[in-house]
Parts: sequence; C-alpha cells; structure tokens
Amino acid sequence: MSIYDVLAAPFIEFEFMRRALAAIIALSLAGAPIGVFLMLRRMSLVGDAMAHAILPGAAIGFLLSGLNLFAMTTGGLIAGFAVAILAGLVSRTTGLKEDASLATFYLASLALGVSIVSLRGSNIDLLHVLFGNILAMDDQTLLVIAANATVTLIVLAMIYRPLVIESVDPLFLRSVSRAGAPAHLIFLALVVINLVNGFQALGTLLAVGLMILPAGIARFWSRDISGLICIAVLSALISGYAGLVLSFQTRLPSGPAIILVAAGLYMASVLFGNVGGLVRQLFPRRHLEA
Amino acid sequence: MRPQLALRDVTLGYDRHPAVHHLSGEVASGALLAVVGPNGAGKSTLFRGLVGIVKPLSGTIALSNLDARDIAYLPQIAEIDRSFPISVFDFVGTGLWRATGIFRGIGGKGRERIARALAAVGLTGFENRGIGTLSGGQMQRMLFARVLLQDAPLIVLDEPFNAIDARTVGDLLALCKQWHGEGRTVIAALHDMDLVRANFPETLLLAREPVAWGATADVLTAENLAEARRMCEAFDDSAAACADAVRQSRAA
Repeated sequence: MSIYDVLAAPFIEFEFMRRALAAIIALSLAGAPIGVFLMLRRMSLVGDAMAHAILPGAAIGFLLSGLNLFAMTTGGLIAGFAVAILAGLVSRTTGLKEDASLATFYLASLALGVSIVSLRGSNIDLLHVLFGNILAMDDQTLLVIAANATVTLIVLAMIYRPLVIESVDPLFLRSVSRAGAPAHLIFLALVVINLVNGFQALGTLLAVGLMILPAGIARFWSRDISGLICIAVLSALISGYAGLVLSFQTRLPSGPAIILVAAGLYMASVLFGNVGGLVRQLFPRRHLEA
Repeated sequence: MRPQLALRDVTLGYDRHPAVHHLSGEVASGALLAVVGPNGAGKSTLFRGLVGIVKPLSGTIALSNLDARDIAYLPQIAEIDRSFPISVFDFVGTGLWRATGIFRGIGGKGRERIARALAAVGLTGFENRGIGTLSGGQMQRMLFARVLLQDAPLIVLDEPFNAIDARTVGDLLALCKQWHGEGRTVIAALHDMDLVRANFPETLLLAREPVAWGATADVLTAENLAEARRMCEAFDDSAAACADAVRQSRAA
C-alpha cells in the first residue's frame, strides 16, 4: 500500500470522508482558540461540565423529532445557554465560585438528559448521543457546523481585548469599563456553541476534547497568546486529519480515534515541548550571563 | 477651585457592617492627599468606594467632571494572573483603554507612548518579557507605567510602596510628584509617616471614622495617632443599627 493509498485515497474515493474532513477543519478553526481561553482562564473542566449540560436539550430535540441533528442542535444550544447563564449569574451574584455552581447544574442536566434519551431511544441512540458520528454528516449538519464556526471566530475577534484583559487583571477591567461581564457571558455562549458543534461529530463525552487537548499541546510550544492559538488550531487540524485516516484504516470509531491522536500529540509535547517539556527540564541549556 | 471629589456622610462596608463610618470632606482638584491609618482602618474600602466597586451603605460620593471609570486605580492586592502569557508591552498597553476602547488599534503614537511610559519607570528593555518573569518591584513599576498611560485626572494608589525597596520607592514617588505638578489629583494610602510628612501636603487619618483631615503637620500629631490606634477594629455581629443612619432614613 503506497503512502497515497493511506493518506489521500480515502478522501478522494469517499464523499463521507471528505465531509468528515470538512467538519473537522471547521471544528478545529473555531474550537481550538476557545479551548486556549478555557485553559488560560482555568476553565478546562468547566468546558467538560458544559458538554454534559447540553445533553437534556439535545435529548428533548431527539424525543420530539427523532435523530434529527438540527433539532438536537437547537435543543442543545438552548440547554447549554440556560446552564451557562444560570451558573454565571449565580456565581456573579452570590460569590459562589463558578466551578461549584456549574458542577451542580451540569450533574442535574446530565441525569436529566440520560433519562430523557432512555424514555424513547434505544441503546444505539444513546451511543450516538454520547459519542457522535462524524462519518454521517449530511449537508444540513455540515452547514450548521460551518456557520457556528464562522460566528465563533467573528465574535471572538470582537470580544478578544476585554476577554484577554479580564483574564489577566479583572479588577483593572472593572475599574475602566463595563465590558467585563458581557465579555465573560458571551465567551460562555461561544463555549456552548462549539460544544454543540463538537457534539455532532464527537458526541457529548468527547466534544470538549478537540478544544482542550490542542490547547494543552500548545502550552508546551509557545509563551505568547497568539502563538498558543495558532499552534492549538494546527494541532487540532493534524489530530482531526490523522484521526480520520487512522479510523478509516483500522476501523476504530472515528471520534475516539481523533481524540487518541490528539492525546498522543499531547504526550509527545509533554516530553519534548520546548516550553517546560520534560526532556528540556532534564537537559537544561547553560544559563545566560544576564 | 472646585473640589474634585466631595464625600457627604459616606458610610462604606460589607454586609451592613461599616468599614468607613460617616466620612465627610472634600478633595480639591490637584491635591496630593495621603490616607493613613492602622490596618483595618478602611483605607482600601474607601478607595473601592471612590472607584465604584463598593457602593456606599449611606451618604454620597460626588465626582466633579469625571466618571468613576476615568479614575486610575491601583489596588493593594492586585488580582493579576501572573501566569497569563502576556508581554510587559501589551500589559502596559491596556492602560490606553480610554483611547482605544474595545476595537481601536494602539497605533504608532500609542506605541511611542507605551515606550515612553516604560522608560519613565525604568523598564526599557523589558517590553517582550512575560509578566510572570518580573520581580515584585518590577511588577509595581509596570503597574505605575500603566497608571501613567491612563492619563487620568484622578489617581488612586492603594499602599503602592508595600514591600518595595528604597530606590524603587524614590522613583515611583517622583512620578507621584510629577502627576501632582501636572495638576492631577493624587490620593495614596500609606504607612510610612516620615514619607508622608516629607512629601504629602495633605493627610486624612482614618480609623474607620475620620480622626483628622487637613494639613499633614496638623494631622500627624502624637495625640491623633494614639487616638487612631485606640479605635480598634470592631466587627460585632449583634451590633445595633447605627443611630445616625436610623435618624437619616426616617428623615428621608
């Protein structure tokens, strides 16, 4: 088998592979920058929690109209926004830390979601909801993903400055502007949009993977936020492409294959990364004069 | 001259417990005012009230010709995430917020101003360093550079010289005097009485309630300082509602 057969042929021969690749590109472009901010704001696990929080909405969509991704997306968005905004408001108004208030909301949501799916669906439906299926993208789904990614990038560019300042020095932003709270809430909304996006492809359990893992990888290669974002997007693209190839050649399920490749890149970065990687720590270069 | 700031019977606090109790007075435009008092005297709370982070429990704080968001405020315990990957240049550049807002670029002129501010605090050459690599004194210099860029008519500094070496204090104090010379109003919370006597014409001695407010030499007397020490930090959960406040709310 030539290199061409392994790396390019699947995408040239099969339309569903091309669609999957297009979906992965859209997901990487929008999700990875969001993941970088989640990591820098120490909200990595918050993203994970939110991924579970969208489940009841998606499940209600599923209950009403079957395995229709458009209905499930709408439901997921509504549930995700509700939980994000409620948790944000509770922590902003009561002083309860955001992670604690979110944990409460997402556990309730997850329990509710699984219950709703079980009411009508089979185990296969539940599997689809939990792990997604990137190899079954129809036009409508692909368009929804691309539109969400576009909106994410535009809105992120608009709130970039207040979001960065709020992450570094929240008290300063509060003393010069009212933009902090709206930027924070809009950011949470973007997290939800991208989780729902990933939900189509990777399912509710792994959706956050294509956001957080690339951010973790980037941390070992750059000290600067623009560098972090570029490397995160790049590693998400590589993981997505390599994961699809791996899944095609070995018949592994596609979602887990993508996340496993990303995890492999992450391990390599932990070892060999030039910012705090283990090898660099074990064999430090000589210190400088000044 | 019109006062920059007028406090009318201001009480500030948390959960109904006052940290600053019935403070009245005016700060003239262009004043260089030191706020002194023991720990827990309410200095930080007063400053948070000035910039609008804490709302008064009663009384009013009136700013003339400026919005609370135009005050340059340097908090005592900065909530800065020093592990965030941002360079000294970009961090100081956030001081241009009033000029740039959310969208406008910094531009060549802004870059020049940032470079000049860094030079003024002695941090030239640190532009591309991450903020996590700075020492405590360098961090404080950087924060002063940001205050410099904010170009604010009223500058509020909460214990800016804590844990800072003498040379840095000298450099930063020179900046405060420069601001004073430019006609800006500067209010600073301080603990070093000798430094206050030598550099600040006006002083407010606070111990939850104002002990004295006026020319520094009249305020920092032995009796006043002893009085301030006596007024201990009281936080009594079962304290009765303040009689003054009750009278006022009935009148209102």
